[in-house]
Amino acid sequence: MGTIWFCLVAFMIAVYVLLDGFDLGAGAIHLWVAKTDEERRQVLASIGPVWDGNEVWLIAAGGTMYFAFPALYASGFSGFYLPLMIVLWLLILRGASIEFRNHIKSAVWDPLWDFLFCASSLLLAVFFGAALGNVVRGVPLDASGYFFEPLWTNFRLGEETGILDWYTILVGVLALLALAMHGALWVHMKTSGAVSSRAGRLAAQAWWGVVVLTALVTVVTFRVQAQLKENFATWTGGFLFPLLAVAGIAGVFFELRWHKERKAFLASCAYLTGMLTSVVFGVYPMVLPARNTVYSLTVRTARAGEYGLKIGLLWWVIGMILAAGYSTYVYRSFAGKVVVDKDSHGYGD
Amino acid sequence: MGQALNVHRLHFAFTITFHYIFPQLTMGLALLLVYLKTKALRTGDEHYDRAARFWGRIFGINFAVGVITGIPMEFQFGTNWAAFSKAAGGVIGQTLAMEGVFSFFLESSFLGLFLFGEKKLGRIGHWLSAFLVFLGSWLSGYFIVATDAWMQHPTGYRLGANGAIELASFWDLLLNKWALWQYAHTMLGAVQTGCFVMAAVGAFYLLTKRDEIYGRTFVKAGVLVGAIAALLQLFPTGDMQGKLVANHQPVTLAAMEGLFESQKGAPLVILGQPDVEKRKLDNPLEIPNMLSFLTYRQWRADVKGLSDFPQTEWPDQIPLLYYSYHVMVGLGTIFIAVMVVAALLLWRGRLYDSRWMLWTLMLCVPLPYIANTAGWMTAELGRQPWLIHGLMRTAQGISPRVAAGNAWFTLIGFMGLYTVVGILWLFLFYREIELGPEPGAHPRDDDAAVLAAD
Repeated sequence: MGTIWFCLVAFMIAVYVLLDGFDLGAGAIHLWVAKTDEERRQVLASIGPVWDGNEVWLIAAGGTMYFAFPALYASGFSGFYLPLMIVLWLLILRGASIEFRNHIKSAVWDPLWDFLFCASSLLLAVFFGAALGNVVRGVPLDASGYFFEPLWTNFRLGEETGILDWYTILVGVLALLALAMHGALWVHMKTSGAVSSRAGRLAAQAWWGVVVLTALVTVVTFRVQAQLKENFATWTGGFLFPLLAVAGIAGVFFELRWHKERKAFLASCAYLTGMLTSVVFGVYPMVLPARNTVYSLTVRTARAGEYGLKIGLLWWVIGMILAAGYSTYVYRSFAGKVVVDKDSHGYGD
Repeated sequence: MGQALNVHRLHFAFTITFHYIFPQLTMGLALLLVYLKTKALRTGDEHYDRAARFWGRIFGINFAVGVITGIPMEFQFGTNWAAFSKAAGGVIGQTLAMEGVFSFFLESSFLGLFLFGEKKLGRIGHWLSAFLVFLGSWLSGYFIVATDAWMQHPTGYRLGANGAIELASFWDLLLNKWALWQYAHTMLGAVQTGCFVMAAVGAFYLLTKRDEIYGRTFVKAGVLVGAIAALLQLFPTGDMQGKLVANHQPVTLAAMEGLFESQKGAPLVILGQPDVEKRKLDNPLEIPNMLSFLTYRQWRADVKGLSDFPQTEWPDQIPLLYYSYHVMVGLGTIFIAVMVVAALLLWRGRLYDSRWMLWTLMLCVPLPYIANTAGWMTAELGRQPWLIHGLMRTAQGISPRVAAGNAWFTLIGFMGLYTVVGILWLFLFYREIELGPEPGAHPRDDDAAVLAAD
């Protein structure tokens, strides 16, 4: 039952990364792919009706982790206290910049929010990457089951690590490039004209960075986290996950060449899924590795009681079917390319 | 340890108090939007659609601020209250996760459609999207209240190995009798905020002689729904809530009422400042025997005072608890008076010309916010010194490794950020009122981004 929930929480986080990933990426790149007010509004319109729903996956994943692995939630959230609070501030700024921008048209209002939207999206991508890096590298847990990391210590992978060290920064930069590519492919697919072609070019440029850093981070990660080698050696079927990532990233390259916008975006989804599942597979059965491995939190030590997990499975499945239903309906309602229309205001009169 | 505890408490109190400014209007307005859309559907009158669009824009701004200030709430259980989360996450994580899975997806999906898709959805589809936004926001309210109710009156749990509190009965958690009454009481409070805001905007239009047809619609909707909500707030929901406190948290009742000594025929205190050191009320203004009657329906019933309980069981902020409770009840009484008089004037056909009543409605707008905040303060201060009533003390719940200095750092950050967000919210809110409901008035109307349906 613990392993089932481990997979379900991982699934929710992956969906969050795929969905909010494209609107974060779109935010990170929009200053460069959209120059005029009308172009910027194309980018905003492409994520406007869905970004809030995408962010719900973060809340839902957090809540699910809370009841399925209370010890992980408690230890992880209090240990990552500082970066999580900074992430919250960035999410607040970002939400405000998306929602407030289009209420007023002014030479001082729009650029301010455009800048904040870009900066907060950029930093969020880096922080999410660094967070993943922290989990993979392991945290200074001790016998109490708790830890606290300052933002940085000496940037080395010692016993007393900080949130930022050379490894987690590297993962953060990879996350930024990967989400910038992902977001650029989304904008490429959802917009038309100059914005779309600039986004396509930017995605193609980011691709090279993603490939180089993916290779580098992969090599380094096997040295940083010993469990990975063990897991891949034990279950060779696990190589399917990195294979999916490789196929995805190759797909992005070719589909962009062949001007298949939708397929290029889906290939990017496959790449991100492959990367995330590789990590999840690599650290299992740990849910939060410790620097000193005897203190690592595992599926068994962090999970909640059996009854709660069983009943949770019942309502979770029902809830997810409903949520998938709404999401599909919303995405279909707003399918196709964005049109920023001068004459209509979307309210039907 | 003591200092960290206080900062963590202030951290949660500050962020939740600021956050709740927004959902109370969201939930109240969601109901009123369904009312306006229903009117539009039944009468076929475009006027109601325009009214709904106007409130939809305000709803959108308010909802967005509610979302961005709401995300920190769920995180804070883990960041600042790790020991509590570790012990009780298996239980309250259930209701919190259900909020995400069942209500947030529903709410966010259909709000996007409600705001951006009126053309595409058609009349019935648009009504349905308003209804589903209402359903989502009200479900969300239920899961949160059920979470709080479990902390007030834990049910459906058992104690597992190494101190973990495990879920033992899903339905006892979800259908906790405390949750049912607290939910009804909380939602009526939210409805009153929505009604007072709508009526106040309507009164503003009528008093400034602009958009008067909309002004009349808004005042009417706010007063009709508001009068019903104000009455139900007192009876039966407030009354039942009081009885639950009397039965399960008798110390809390004594502290709320400022009753230091047990008495037969206890009075209801209208005014008086509690002096906890001397265990007495200064200059009390009381209604004799009334507290006994309200609590037990007997004029001479014995009500237990604080002195009958060990001081370690007393809530730690008695004066603040006492004032929160009295402010809530006092304002609730004023709301009944205002709304009932306004409803009578409406019935006699004189409300729209009655300047003093319109002025009253307009000036009352901050009061339901204060009353709702005071109500939550009563509930949460009243639960002290427990974090989970009878199971875990508040001091045991904080994150053991997060130092006071780090908690201050983020608390100050939130204070700064929320000040800016609050100012922007007020500014944009007022701007929508200023621009008004008439189509074409909105400068971004003509070029708002729309997604095509190809």
